[in-house]
Amino acid sequence: MRLLLRIQDLPKDKYLLPGHTACPGCPEALGLRYLGMALGKDIVLVVPASCSSILQGTMPGSSLAMRVVNVPFASAAAVASGIANIKELVGGNVVPVVWAGDGATADIGFAGLSGSAERNDDLIYICVDNEAYMNTGIQRSSLTPYGAWTTTTVKGKSEDKKELPLIMLLHKIPYVATASIAFPIDFISKLRKALNIRGFKYIHLHAPCPTGWRFDPSKTVEVARLAIESGAWILFEAEGGKVRLTPPSNTYLDKSRRKPLKEYLSIQGRFRSLRDEDVKVFEKIVDSTWELIIKFT
Amino acid sequence: MSKTYVLPISRPSIGVGGKTGYWRIKKPEVNHSKCIRCGMCWLYCPESVIDIIEGSDKYVVINYDYCKGCGICSEVCPTKAIVMVNE
Amino acid sequence: MVIKVLTGNYAVAEAVRLSNVDLITAYPITPQTTIVERLSEYVDLGVIKSRFVRVESEFSALAVAYGAALCNARVFTATSSHGLLYMHEMLWWVAGSRIPIVMAVVTRSIGPPWNIWNEHGDFMDQRDCGWLMAFAENNQEVLDTIIQLFRITEDERVYLPGMLGLDGFLLSHTSEPVDVPEEHIVKSFLKPRSQPYSMCGTELITLGNLPKAEDHMMMRYDIQVSMENAKKVIKEVDLEYSKLTGRSYGGLVECYRCSDSSYLVVGMGGWVGTMKDVCDELRDLGYKVGVLKIRFFRPFPEEDIIEVLRSIKGVLVFDRSISYGSLGHIHAEVLARSYRLGNRPVVKGIIAGLAGVNVGVKEFMNSIVGFVNEVEERGYVEKYSEWLLPG
Repeated sequence: MRLLLRIQDLPKDKYLLPGHTACPGCPEALGLRYLGMALGKDIVLVVPASCSSILQGTMPGSSLAMRVVNVPFASAAAVASGIANIKELVGGNVVPVVWAGDGATADIGFAGLSGSAERNDDLIYICVDNEAYMNTGIQRSSLTPYGAWTTTTVKGKSEDKKELPLIMLLHKIPYVATASIAFPIDFISKLRKALNIRGFKYIHLHAPCPTGWRFDPSKTVEVARLAIESGAWILFEAEGGKVRLTPPSNTYLDKSRRKPLKEYLSIQGRFRSLRDEDVKVFEKIVDSTWELIIKFT
Repeated sequence: MSKTYVLPISRPSIGVGGKTGYWRIKKPEVNHSKCIRCGMCWLYCPESVIDIIEGSDKYVVINYDYCKGCGICSEVCPTKAIVMVNE
Repeated sequence: MVIKVLTGNYAVAEAVRLSNVDLITAYPITPQTTIVERLSEYVDLGVIKSRFVRVESEFSALAVAYGAALCNARVFTATSSHGLLYMHEMLWWVAGSRIPIVMAVVTRSIGPPWNIWNEHGDFMDQRDCGWLMAFAENNQEVLDTIIQLFRITEDERVYLPGMLGLDGFLLSHTSEPVDVPEEHIVKSFLKPRSQPYSMCGTELITLGNLPKAEDHMMMRYDIQVSMENAKKVIKEVDLEYSKLTGRSYGGLVECYRCSDSSYLVVGMGGWVGTMKDVCDELRDLGYKVGVLKIRFFRPFPEEDIIEVLRSIKGVLVFDRSISYGSLGHIHAEVLARSYRLGNRPVVKGIIAGLAGVNVGVKEFMNSIVGFVNEVEERGYVEKYSEWLLPG
């Protein structure tokens, strides 16, 4: 069931309040707004250490108008699992949602993520992926792409980006999806679909960070869009393990319809030192990811 | 001990970072004669400072107390109804 | 009154069964495993109406327990040694959140090398984080104290999590007769769960975002104040429980033949039983010795101890743990408090029984008699802290 939503139909209630402390142009701020629009006040948001911890601002105030639990770095999945396992007893509407960065998901919190997925805990796990440990000052994570500059990979990262959505597919959970802040309505639809599925739902949200990726804050949405248009980021969803490319990524299956990768890479300062041969390697990685995804369709 | 615990609990509050409008170098200005009421600026504002008012002449209202001047609204506006001007 | 023959671990399981727990989660580790297995069995058979979450690590165990507890559920977990160390970060977070949780710690040595035998180092390692810390002497006390901890931690004057230590293998796997209270007695004793806030209520609250430094320090101070309050609550609870069951543990400490003694032996845990036997033997031999059992290590029973120490000539503290580079944990605490007395007793600490080394009647006898003789003769001791090394 694909929900058709118009911008005007989206709830205007503010779940992320003005005056928060994120960088200008922050994609996590955008993501949180969309999360609120999708799932509303029933959310209990579990946030491990990340930019989104800081974005909440200082006590006694919080910029998030929802129930939020800040938790130790590696514990987000497990804390949400505790909430998920008790929510029927508590009564009222409790939708446990993890809002975790790539560090908390793919690195320090990986074991907890896998454990909760294997138990098929009834919760929604969102990995908001800005492709580095941004909150501590742009250090590389396992989800930093090949060739990217970070403070701990000053010559460009030599390893590939870990294929986390595919890893989650192999956990055999009922719903895996990728999303992007460039396509909010797609993200919101996926969230609402996840809400109606019982079990562990994983959504991987691509979140280009102007501060860490080195581009002008006004270009956040454009960079996110270029990622998809060049094929570097693939939008899909998988119910019961069967992958379906979601628009517009379905059109980019045909490589000839993609924008040149260079367009996506050159707008970001973190790829400035990439030579032509490095771009070719990057392209090969993108191609192989497409190949892998297709195997699951 | 009194019953007023000192707990690590906060409540939703506008302006936790103060008046973040002070962060701005450039300011978005709306030319309503070009505005086609698509709602893209509202959709893509990371600060929740843009409101769209149905049925109003001034469809787009920006809260300049908190607008950080990131410029996304200007970028995504299909008719360039929003332009960034120096403060 | 139903007497069952129970190991320490099964006594824990019985206490949890009686305490109307909503969610149980744990990761197995020797010597705690039989607690987890028994509780898992009870849940599967419907003996306990509780959710049981099979987690992939101890860190996740406390995190899952915390998540459920945040939503006003009464929860339980148990661990030992390396598992306890693995969840150390969560221990701080739980206490700082002021969310009551009860946990059993079956004490075990920390490696390397791998050692499953008993020692108190893992327990003591948690002493700073704001958890109430109790330790049992026998399996009856294990059962009773777990039940009491649910009541104490959920008291609004406390609102802190609490752990009960029990000696690995010595208690956990050794059977003793235990009086298991009837369900309705425990039910009336335990009030409905209470905590300072719920994350699953209607209020839109954020837990744990950045504080002002001043506010955070006040939060820390509040934990200290609550720890102080806990002393009173522990005594009240002990009294109330004794009215229902006939068993009192003295609250924070137990004074065995202390009132007319000149010398005191201080200890915590299963070996206090041996100390009491030795005390009786020494009394028969004319030594005026008593045993001060530490039941609660946190909050540290400062006032009770100072009161007991007033007319004492010498105190011999046995620690089953060491803070490397310094003293045994209980010794350091007792020593510090003895400073407050005008007429101070001689306070000596002995480190013994680490890594599972057995300490029996003979070892205690020699140490205590040696200590008493030395103080009687000289009025002081040559070594204020000593290790009772094996062999």
